[in-house]
Amino acid sequence: MTAVAPPRRDPAWLGRVFWAGAGLVLLWPLLVATEFRPWLLFSAESRAASGRFLSDFLPPAVGSEFLWLAARETWRTVAIATAGITLALVIAVPATLMSTRVLSISALSGRMAPLPAALRQGLRWVLVVLRSIPELVWALIFVRVVGLGPTAGVLAIALTYGGMLGKVYGDILESGETPATRSLLANGSGRLQAFAYGLLPQNAAELTSYTVYRWECAIRSSVVLGFVGAGGLGQQLDNSTKMFAGGEVATMLLVFVALVALADQTSAWLRRALA
Amino acid sequence: MKRSTPAANLPYRLPPPLFHARSKALWFGVGLLGLVGLSFWSLDLQWAAFLSLEAAQSTARFIGEFFPPDLSATFVRKVAWASVETLAMSALGTLLAAAGGLLLALPASRTHEGDPAHARAPTRLLLNALRAVPELVWATLLLISAGLGPFAGTLALALHTTGVLGRLFAEVIENAPQAPATALRTQGVGALRVFLYATLPQVLPQLVSYALYRWENNIRAAAILGVVGAGGLGQLLAFHMGLFQMGKTATVLIAMLGLVALVDALSYLTRRAMAR
Repeated sequence: MTAVAPPRRDPAWLGRVFWAGAGLVLLWPLLVATEFRPWLLFSAESRAASGRFLSDFLPPAVGSEFLWLAARETWRTVAIATAGITLALVIAVPATLMSTRVLSISALSGRMAPLPAALRQGLRWVLVVLRSIPELVWALIFVRVVGLGPTAGVLAIALTYGGMLGKVYGDILESGETPATRSLLANGSGRLQAFAYGLLPQNAAELTSYTVYRWECAIRSSVVLGFVGAGGLGQQLDNSTKMFAGGEVATMLLVFVALVALADQTSAWLRRALA
Repeated sequence: MKRSTPAANLPYRLPPPLFHARSKALWFGVGLLGLVGLSFWSLDLQWAAFLSLEAAQSTARFIGEFFPPDLSATFVRKVAWASVETLAMSALGTLLAAAGGLLLALPASRTHEGDPAHARAPTRLLLNALRAVPELVWATLLLISAGLGPFAGTLALALHTTGVLGRLFAEVIENAPQAPATALRTQGVGALRVFLYATLPQVLPQLVSYALYRWENNIRAAAILGVVGAGGLGQLLAFHMGLFQMGKTATVLIAMLGLVALVDALSYLTRRAMAR
């Protein structure tokens, strides 16, 4: 009896070759639309410009005056994020209280009455709109209205993150256990009392943890907002890049990476402490 | 008389008093209030300029200028092309990042017990560095060597996303079931073929789902990336806003929000369909 030798080559090769070919055909329009010309990176003038810029990276700028400036801008970045999140809470907390379905008294007995239902749904839509406009676009608009500076950054973070926090707070409150809150409401306590003694204690850790996580995200985005003139580290980084000051850019990038890592650590530590 | 046996339940203990030097909650609260207060105090926020009647009027005028949006056929065609460019940037950027992430994930993962994985720590450091710099910052840096336009934006998305995906891919590869790979390895099959025929088929669905998730994020990022001059809708937005052509700005904004809403809706529907 002779055993049939298994095929030595890949039995699925035909399909693999076909799909690879189809992928390449689909890739072509993408390459055209994005003006994908990698050889431009290695053209003589591009190499000269990047070479000059990159060789300036070393050594990073460490003059005491510049370091002082970088430290001040770093603090401003953190301050913009913190102030933005604080104002976002001013938007998010009342919006959550008003839009949570758990705190509806009419919903205790069957369906929610039409007017409160409409109010709650309307508020949610407002939050979704606030959230879906990127903070960079808000910042561009506010820079036109209030001028260059941190005010635009704080307002941009406040609006986008207000929408985000309001939406997620609502989801957290509604996904938890509700019988305690409902029985408080059914026995005649006010909505705020029911919130403070029923909803808040069970969800406090999750709400705080999410807020801390968003604060960390706000620090990241406040750097980016600086690029449209909203103050902080990003604005300085943009200025230095435009002046081709490689050493300053290098220092600022290092400071930025360190800041993000620090915010990451702080936020992880706080969330662990809260859990 | 002393009780020798401990109580079955621990006695209920009150939390430490709030106004006490050892109350963590107090210190945390004071620190938080201090940080918030210091933030507001150190930023010279122009509330007066923002909340005054004059500012309200100028804001109203500013918003009024957005209407009517410029819906002439030529401009709409231009915006539509910019939207296509944005989508192409995000797709190609994610594709490059998936390829780069996979290439970097291999040295960044320890695939089996005896694997020395010398390159693991340095590759992970590189991935973290790529990830720590946001797309927009990569874009400004790349403008110098790639010039204005969507190419710089695509590369910026690819670099940042390579960092993100490389790290996720490495985790997936390290957590893949070992048995098929071990079986091939004990037969003397080389490392590359072990990966291609044992590890890759198992982890591929997870890799694809991570890449799709990042694509969704990247469409949003690509829409605004152009603000620094890196192509797509953002470049059009910054350009017309800089010239105070508010009607055109409004059209671009509508396209941008439409794109983001479309992506959100599609991702929501896909997720719901897959959860079923």
